[in-house]
Amino acid sequence: MIEGVSLFEILSLTTVLFFVGIYGFLTRTNLIAMLMSLELMVNAEAINFVAINKYLSPAVLQGQIFSLFIIALAAAETALALAIILHLYRLTENIDVKEVEELKY
Amino acid sequence: MNLDSLLLMRDELLLTLIILVLLVAEIIMSPKNKKYIIQLALGLFGLYTIISFMPIPKGSLFGGSYQTYPLVHYFKAILATGVFLILLQSVDWIKEKLLPYDFSAEFFILLFASLLGLNFMMSAGDFLMFYLGLELSTMPIIALTTFEFWNHRSIEAGVKYVMLASLSSAILLFGVSLVYATAGSINFDVIKGALHLPLLEIIGLIMIFIGIGFKISLVPFHFWAADVYEGAPTVISNYLSVISKGAAVYVLMTLLFITFTAFQKEWNWIMYGTAILTMVVGNLFALRQQNMKRFLAFSSIAQAGFILLAMLSNNALGVKAIVYFLLIYIFSNVAAFGVVHVISLKTGKENIDDYNGLYITNPKLSLVLMIALFSLAGIPPVAGFFAKFFLYAAAASKGYYVLIFIAVLNVTISLYYYLLPVRAAFLRRSDKAIPYFKSDNYSRLAFIITMIGLLVLGLYSGVFEFISHISNIL
Repeated sequence: MIEGVSLFEILSLTTVLFFVGIYGFLTRTNLIAMLMSLELMVNAEAINFVAINKYLSPAVLQGQIFSLFIIALAAAETALALAIILHLYRLTENIDVKEVEELKY
Repeated sequence: MNLDSLLLMRDELLLTLIILVLLVAEIIMSPKNKKYIIQLALGLFGLYTIISFMPIPKGSLFGGSYQTYPLVHYFKAILATGVFLILLQSVDWIKEKLLPYDFSAEFFILLFASLLGLNFMMSAGDFLMFYLGLELSTMPIIALTTFEFWNHRSIEAGVKYVMLASLSSAILLFGVSLVYATAGSINFDVIKGALHLPLLEIIGLIMIFIGIGFKISLVPFHFWAADVYEGAPTVISNYLSVISKGAAVYVLMTLLFITFTAFQKEWNWIMYGTAILTMVVGNLFALRQQNMKRFLAFSSIAQAGFILLAMLSNNALGVKAIVYFLLIYIFSNVAAFGVVHVISLKTGKENIDDYNGLYITNPKLSLVLMIALFSLAGIPPVAGFFAKFFLYAAAASKGYYVLIFIAVLNVTISLYYYLLPVRAAFLRRSDKAIPYFKSDNYSRLAFIITMIGLLVLGLYSGVFEFISHISNIL
């Protein structure tokens, strides 16, 4: 628990962070920038779990364990996405989603 | 905790063991013996499928984060059967495309890891296990989507899938954190009893629904489905449309019926709107497809809309209707995708027009295609009719007659497009018809099993009685 900072302020921060991530994901066309926006969202959730655990139910450490798993899985997901993006770059020399698209309606 | 209680998770332990055996076999086998990995994996997984039908008592492990009961256990066995059928169909593809690159062991390991994740997801007793299972099931499948890495379409499908899957799981996690804030716990049992801040919890529920709806490909979240199904290897499209969708439907059902049952009034409206949207959009887009894989993708989106009919009921009839429908759906979709897979592998043709005159050159294959599509459409002698009938009955038990009327209208539309490939195969003539070819024994065995399943499950009522006997989970 941080002195002088309420749960409301922390949750406001993480909500803003989350929606900045969604905005970035929807507006960027560069795959790496989209991946960074995803990271923002996942980090917002990790903070969320820790803060809620600390302020609302400090007796059981469920939320902190959860955020550890979130960090690990986010790293795995990023590694997988980067591998695929790298392969796409080798094939097309481009990672802009608007220009590499072949599959359409 | 002793060994007996650990045996409650026998399915998962056996699957882990198979994965480890394959990993070791991949290391110690000499390069010229690598082709026997296929037989080894098929044999081990066949054994696992048979063992998974043996009963397991009800129980829970690890402080309630792993739960098992007869319905979820037999549903795992059904999924294992589906995966086994897909493996049988994929043998010739592995021999032709993956063995030269020495990737066959990785294919099996990743596929089994994904099934392991689905098993954990369905048995989860809290959100942590649920989330870990979800990720464990998604990530190997993303890697498998890009397995034809010399093909631009496969890579593009992989990029689309990995981006949208990560987005949906991020949204799901935010929903989980909101539910955690209101209930103070991530255990399903605690959440069920703790309803302090309804509004926040409903927002969380909607976000969780978005995350699972992405996996089921319900309509506002369906944009990835057609592209990924078309670009991915057909075996993986088959797995995505059948196994992963079936498990996600099961999880959505248990979450809504058991954990969030107090909010039934609220989620009923979400389900109502999503069901109509999913059926209409899936059907209308399926009408205009030429590529068979895209066509089956939109047809599977429309089928997900029909499943939501029974989600509205929230009673035991709904549970058994959903499980029975998924059982039939697995058999019919595996058969339909299998025909597309065999033809696409032998000739490279995937369009509906290419199927003109198929009956003259390959009569047995076109019969399989016809029965599978009739079952998906719901034409009486085949099992699909009874599955749809129980879905309607479940919705009617709560009086949603308008929705059933809309669903019946949609079935009429779907009859048109399901009959298009059948018409092409049986009634059209073509000079450039697909020449006669012999498919290998494994895929023949898979076709025979699916055909027996489709005909027997529809006529023999014992299976439905057994499902209704074990489906008292509410």
